[in-house]
Amino acid sequence: MIVQVLDIGLVALLLTLAGWTILARFTFPAVVSYVAYGLLLSLIWVRLFAVDVALTEAAIGGGFTGVLLIAAASRLRTTTPTEQGPAAPLRWAVAVLSALATLALAIVVLLLPDPSPTLAPQAIDNIAITGLGNPVTAVLIAYRAFDTMLEKCVLVLAVVGVWSVASDRYWGGAPSAPRAVAQSGALTLFAQLLPPLGILIGIRIFWVGADEPGGAFQGGAILAAMWMIVMMASLGDAPAISKRWIRIAVVAGPIVFIGVGVLGFATAGGFLAYPAGIAKTVIIFVEIFMTLSIAAALPMLVAGPPIQAPRL
Amino acid sequence: MTLVLNLFSIGAICAGLVFFVAGTVGLLRFPDPLSRLHALTKADNIGLGLVVLGLLPFANGVLGGLKLMVVWVLVQLSGATVGQLIAQSMRRNGPNA
Repeated sequence: MIVQVLDIGLVALLLTLAGWTILARFTFPAVVSYVAYGLLLSLIWVRLFAVDVALTEAAIGGGFTGVLLIAAASRLRTTTPTEQGPAAPLRWAVAVLSALATLALAIVVLLLPDPSPTLAPQAIDNIAITGLGNPVTAVLIAYRAFDTMLEKCVLVLAVVGVWSVASDRYWGGAPSAPRAVAQSGALTLFAQLLPPLGILIGIRIFWVGADEPGGAFQGGAILAAMWMIVMMASLGDAPAISKRWIRIAVVAGPIVFIGVGVLGFATAGGFLAYPAGIAKTVIIFVEIFMTLSIAAALPMLVAGPPIQAPRL
Repeated sequence: MTLVLNLFSIGAICAGLVFFVAGTVGLLRFPDPLSRLHALTKADNIGLGLVVLGLLPFANGVLGGLKLMVVWVLVQLSGATVGQLIAQSMRRNGPNA
């Protein structure tokens, strides 16, 4: 009973925050409430016993997207708006279409048969073949490996997209590292204390992902956060985008994933099929490089396009 | 023994909640940003500390208890750092920046 009241309270709070995010008049309050929304949503995923999703939501939805949006908001603040936003008819059209989409989704969810169709039994039944203990990782890296591979490629494309808006004279130079507005001893101390622990936790979350909640994305996001904290405290600079190591780090995950996938033709009779018996070893091998790429790509997305001329 | 532990947990967690409520009231009622920040960080530090203390008897072994304590230390560390950053930003740019 008490638990139900708490759950309903959580959902009510989530809906209020969602409404507030949309209705906020200024960019920064909207971003802040969106971050809070992401953290609350991850609590709700925990209540739904989806710890993997909760970890991802907290790391990506709340944390990384939050940093990205705050950086965007503070960049926009220095520019003067050229017009007063979209006209009223357009705003109303967006509102009506969004409301219709929400309504359609709600109707579809409410019309689902009870119990709703699920592939969970099949996922559990076949997990022994993969050698993994966490069914979510089995779905991500084995059953629908193709989707996950494409997601990693999208991340590379995103970095390429950010880099490609650089002006010609800065091409090959370094982006501005994400910096805190005020440099302080407290932040420096924080950036010195946290990364050793954070790197350990990031690697552990990636490592246990095979058998427990966790995985490459969550672990990689934590590693990325550690790098960003070091840059924010001015203890490190963003690398020039012409540096070979950063480029290799960003593409390593998808390349290894595709390479292992192609090898599957020879070893297991199909693209992205893993050889029986050593499937888990192969999966963890792929995940190592995926974690590396995520840890390299996310800070590069936050750092933005290069704004310094390359040193020749 | 179980009863004593239960009472200890209930007492500590309730005391922690008092700090969170007080912090929230302070956040809503205090006149200037620095005082509001002060109220908020107190709730985080002592409130969460008491909640963690109350949860310790139910922790999953010694390692589970240690993890709870690490969570508390990390929240304190990040809360204190962010509090410093916000306060410095306010001193430099004024409360509305």
